[in-house]
Amino acid sequence: MIKDIDLYFLSEPIFNKFQLKVYKFLKKIMAKRNLSYSYQLSLEKRLNEFFIMLAGLWTFSIQFFKYVFVPPYEVYEIRKHMNELGIRTFPIVSVTGFIIGLVVAMQTQPVLARFGAESNLPGAVGISIVRELGPVITALIFAGRVSSGIGAELGSMRVTEQIDAMEVGAINPFKFLVVTRIFACTFILPVLTVYVIFISLFGAYIAVLLVQNMTFEFYLGSVLRSVEFGDAIPGILKTFVFGFIVGVVGSYKGYTTTNGTEGVGKASTTAVVVSSLLILIFDMILVKITLWLWPSV
Amino acid sequence: MLRIEKLSKRFDSKVVLDNVSLEAADGDNLVIFGRSGTGKSVLLKCIVRLLETDSGKIFIQDYDVLSLEIKELNNLRKQIGFLFQSAALFDSMSVRHNLEFPLVRNFNFTPKEREEKIVSVLEKVSLLDAIDKMPSELSGGMRKRVGLARAIITEPKLMLYDEPTTGLDPITSKEISMLILELQKSLKMTSVVVTHDLLCAEIIADRAIMLNEGKIIFEGSLEEMTSSNDEFLIKFFKHEVINKSEISNA
Repeated sequence: MIKDIDLYFLSEPIFNKFQLKVYKFLKKIMAKRNLSYSYQLSLEKRLNEFFIMLAGLWTFSIQFFKYVFVPPYEVYEIRKHMNELGIRTFPIVSVTGFIIGLVVAMQTQPVLARFGAESNLPGAVGISIVRELGPVITALIFAGRVSSGIGAELGSMRVTEQIDAMEVGAINPFKFLVVTRIFACTFILPVLTVYVIFISLFGAYIAVLLVQNMTFEFYLGSVLRSVEFGDAIPGILKTFVFGFIVGVVGSYKGYTTTNGTEGVGKASTTAVVVSSLLILIFDMILVKITLWLWPSV
Repeated sequence: MLRIEKLSKRFDSKVVLDNVSLEAADGDNLVIFGRSGTGKSVLLKCIVRLLETDSGKIFIQDYDVLSLEIKELNNLRKQIGFLFQSAALFDSMSVRHNLEFPLVRNFNFTPKEREEKIVSVLEKVSLLDAIDKMPSELSGGMRKRVGLARAIITEPKLMLYDEPTTGLDPITSKEISMLILELQKSLKMTSVVVTHDLLCAEIIADRAIMLNEGKIIFEGSLEEMTSSNDEFLIKFFKHEVINKSEISNA
């Protein structure tokens, strides 16, 4: 599999061209700065690792779509992973969601009071939670909890030869282990996000209650009047992409683990870092696309 | 059954297998000896194409393994059993599900037939009591037995063993070796066993090969190998009497 990824990487002209350009650019900088040879080598090695990872993530994404529609569909495995991932993340997203809603409302209230717009508090908090905070915070927590778990799980399967055992047994380990996990991540994160949005709104209501005497019905009515359907849809839709990222990165890092138990630890931590970073990068891109497609949203 | 011609494999600049050629006829028990890191496990992994080779040819039942498409390769793999050094049991599955796993995915057995097969192989390895245990609840020897049961449940024609007795005490080691021999006889499999356990080889081997620095340096019967005058073989098999002064100087 690792070999396949390397080959795939080499056969992708877009990666090749991009990689060469970056190398040339870096060599120019290194020549100007008179960097030592060993430093240049380590920089090249790191850059190479980075490109291999990019190509690997790309290959995993392509292979996911190649295998996801091919039977057997491993429904039992997918259901099992969705249950596990949901349960694993449920307590932490509940607590975080509640606190985020509470804190955002507490921070926003004095700012709105300065402009005499305190009555807009439920709407303002609702929009920020539904459009951005809910999806991104849930995705980041999910990445921290799940991506590392998948990385460690598949990594230890790799170093203890369990993945090899599947392959020798004429079973496609990629389909059984990776496709099911990516699928589960992609579809469980939006469900968790909807739940976190409601918990955050409840947390925000508690904060509102501390400064204003407002019934829950009135609060919810204000939120629903401010938050439109168009606010919620892009926010929820992008969590499918975030879930996919978490699944792909965690699986890639675990599946390609080398160097024994040390490698498993590394796979687990780098999976969190890479998936969190990619979530933020893709959030930026998706927000821009949303605003471009629906300027009124 | 198995024929390897001039197989070479290197990792970066290190040559692990250098023009290795060997043959195992139907029902043969071939034991491959060698020091740690001489490429024994790599050879086994190349046979089932877990690792790609640099050059050479591998034939199993006259199929050119290296030129097979993935679908054909998987069909061939269904006839090969592989016992990994660590047994490689699936941690998240019970013993029953470990054994059921290849049957569900590769064969069209009814649930009743599957259950019968599972019970039958577990009886063969004397572990029927452990059917619902998780791998983490098993000892090293038990894991090896379950690994063996999983490998033979599909009744393979070729069985590859990667150090089947490593890490086991001498009694368990002998039991596992006897079990391998019994299974080989009852299922009429061809076996290739990688080991450096002489006791295990004495029980199993029809023929033996010595691999050193990626090359075959001896091929013949185990008796011929152990009585050879080759300096390396003498060093490998004959336990030198260590002088007590050597130990105190160490």
